[in-house]
Amino acid sequence: MKRLIVYRTLVIGGIVALLEILCVTGVIDKITMQAPHLIVRDLFRMLVSGRMNSAILKTLSNTTIALLLALSIGVVAGALVHRWRALRDTLDPLFATYYAVPVFAFYPFFIVVFGLGDAPQILIAFMLGVVAMIVNTLNGLDRVPPVLVKTARIMRLSPLDTALRVTLPAAGPYIVTGIKLAVAYAFIGVIGSEFIMSRGGIGYEISFAYTSFDNATMYPLIVLILLASVAVNAALTRWEQRLLQRRGMRVSP
Amino acid sequence: MSVEQVRLEKVGKVFVAGNPPAPLHALGPVDLTLERGEFFAVVGPSGCGKSTLLELIAGLTTPTEGAIAFEGRPIAGEAPEGIGVVFQEDASLPWLDVAGNVAFGLRRLDLPAAERSERVRNALKLVGLSDFATSYPAQLSGGMRQRVCIARTLVMQPRLILLDEPFGALDQQTRLLMGDELLRLWRETGATVFLITHALDEATMLADRIAVMSARPGRLIDFVETRWPRSRDSRIVEHSEFGTITARLWKTLREESLKTIAQAPGSEPAP
Amino acid sequence: MKRWSSARNAFVLIAVLLAIWQALYWWAGEVALASPLATLRYTLRLVATESFDAHLLDTLRAFAIAYALSVLIGLVVGFWLGFDRLSGDALEPMIVAVYAIPKLTLYPILLLAFGLTLSAKVAFGVLHGAIPIILFTLSAVHNTKPILIKTGRVLKLTRFQMVRWILFPAATPEIFTGLRVGFALTLIGSLLAEMFASQRGLGYLLMNGIGLHNVELIMAVTLVIIVFAASVSTLLLYVDHRLHRRG
Repeated sequence: MKRLIVYRTLVIGGIVALLEILCVTGVIDKITMQAPHLIVRDLFRMLVSGRMNSAILKTLSNTTIALLLALSIGVVAGALVHRWRALRDTLDPLFATYYAVPVFAFYPFFIVVFGLGDAPQILIAFMLGVVAMIVNTLNGLDRVPPVLVKTARIMRLSPLDTALRVTLPAAGPYIVTGIKLAVAYAFIGVIGSEFIMSRGGIGYEISFAYTSFDNATMYPLIVLILLASVAVNAALTRWEQRLLQRRGMRVSP
Repeated sequence: MSVEQVRLEKVGKVFVAGNPPAPLHALGPVDLTLERGEFFAVVGPSGCGKSTLLELIAGLTTPTEGAIAFEGRPIAGEAPEGIGVVFQEDASLPWLDVAGNVAFGLRRLDLPAAERSERVRNALKLVGLSDFATSYPAQLSGGMRQRVCIARTLVMQPRLILLDEPFGALDQQTRLLMGDELLRLWRETGATVFLITHALDEATMLADRIAVMSARPGRLIDFVETRWPRSRDSRIVEHSEFGTITARLWKTLREESLKTIAQAPGSEPAP
Repeated sequence: MKRWSSARNAFVLIAVLLAIWQALYWWAGEVALASPLATLRYTLRLVATESFDAHLLDTLRAFAIAYALSVLIGLVVGFWLGFDRLSGDALEPMIVAVYAIPKLTLYPILLLAFGLTLSAKVAFGVLHGAIPIILFTLSAVHNTKPILIKTGRVLKLTRFQMVRWILFPAATPEIFTGLRVGFALTLIGSLLAEMFASQRGLGYLLMNGIGLHNVELIMAVTLVIIVFAASVSTLLLYVDHRLHRRG
């Protein structure tokens, strides 16, 4: 376990060090990117000044709303699709093709229908996240050992009780995998929409900073998002691993 | 005084399976009566329908013909109250510890907390897992996990316990010891036990009555009474009658097993 | 019998989607959507124009290069991490983390680094597509049943024979799923790069349509993309199912 942490630290440290050297020596010019240590400094300054707070809040709140929608509707839809084999077989090609299609194409449609508020972004983010949730819920439900469902029937559990106390915990780890993906997609949906339609939020600020040649704002914002998503992903992975570990299943250290 | 507890009359089960779908006559017709408190075993070749028979009695599936009654009331596709089942596969809930597993079915009964923990404690003591109450199934051996499932069944105080090859995944020595445990539990709880096994010695050792099932479609073609004393254990193998009974079972079973090998899986038996 | 039902399912799916499309058009109006028929007509006209074909070719070229690279990198890195336990255990969680990063946020960096060129599209496509291939390949190697490896040793196979006759066939179904997912993601990666970082290609056309609010253009381009993606995906899905059934 220790070895792995050392390995990973070396890899990450190595990449950052390489970037630092390339920037400081001018191989990567200042217009393309400033040195990592400067990015960190700018990030710190930016957070302290608080000028990005409203943008951060906007993006985070929209992402959260989209995520909650995707999770709740995704799990329920996944459960429904799982029950009817014919429905599932019919939708399979749809799920397989879904992520190849630029969902952002629906953005103008949503604007016309819902106006220029936050709804279009949230809907795009929801559309991206919900299918990941459905697919992983289906996968999780597939893996519920039939003998556990039989046990629930022998104990005369109601269908709701069976779903909550047997099926859901059994499918749990795989649903968490779906949550991880849904988080990523919700971010992409919101930030991508902010790129397209400049109305505020971190995506807009990044876009604006880019066109203003303002690397001192752009890079810290990008790093901020990356750090946030890595942090959420790490937390969810810890949860997923705890669930798996208790069951004695293989766990990535 | 023998009281009838389970009655099957001309019960049969036909599945629809395969591609293209065709009727598969899995079981029947079967006539069977179980007396309250007896230990009854069914042996038969693989795929003959033994598990289907168990699932019918458990209410997990409905017969396509005939009638099943438990304690006088017909079983109508829902598991009747008072029946417990132990499956061959590991049915322990991996996300709960042993105590949580054993207590799992009790929630429905609305018992006061004190009585609930009392029952759990007794069940764990019965199966010898008192020291493992806070362990998780993943940390236990296969035999211990089966004991968890047995305890989970016993805690509901069932009047009829169905076991579908419960020791199939265990090694021979563990099987024999588990057989002793099962006999002890049978005596202490006074429940009726219905055991399915493909191991003849296990059936002979454990049961009061043994039925031999034919190759698919399964019918009960021979009934053997062992007349063992209630207080028996695995050392009953020394009894002079043991060999005779096992031989008789095998004589019938061997023919049926040969028929099974000649059958293609999922098809009607060769004429 | 089976083939009939899957063809029927596909037909039902397409019919339902078309019906929903038409209903949305009636509800939302001309400003928001073009009807299926109008879109089809526009698409046929569009596809006939030379400039569109140039954009299409651009996209296909970028995508083809990106996918080829994704597969190459994905398989090589996947096998390496699969066999080298230390590296695999150390790096897999990090790669999974990259999978979960909203890579769209990196596009400005890509722009700065590559400019509005083919390389930007290819890089973005590879960034999206290589990762699932790596992860699935890695997992396939890890999941190879030890008993198969023992069998190979007992038969005294050379390392090359082991890979060719045992490991590769055993791992193929799972690797193929990775290739299938990689296809969809490489495509979206290239398209996204074209949308935000290019002056050519279908993605650029799409952005153009969005900017000008040219609803027919948006829908026509989306239709072309969907038709391409759906046909290849469905084909790959079919092969995937076949491989898993026999495996």
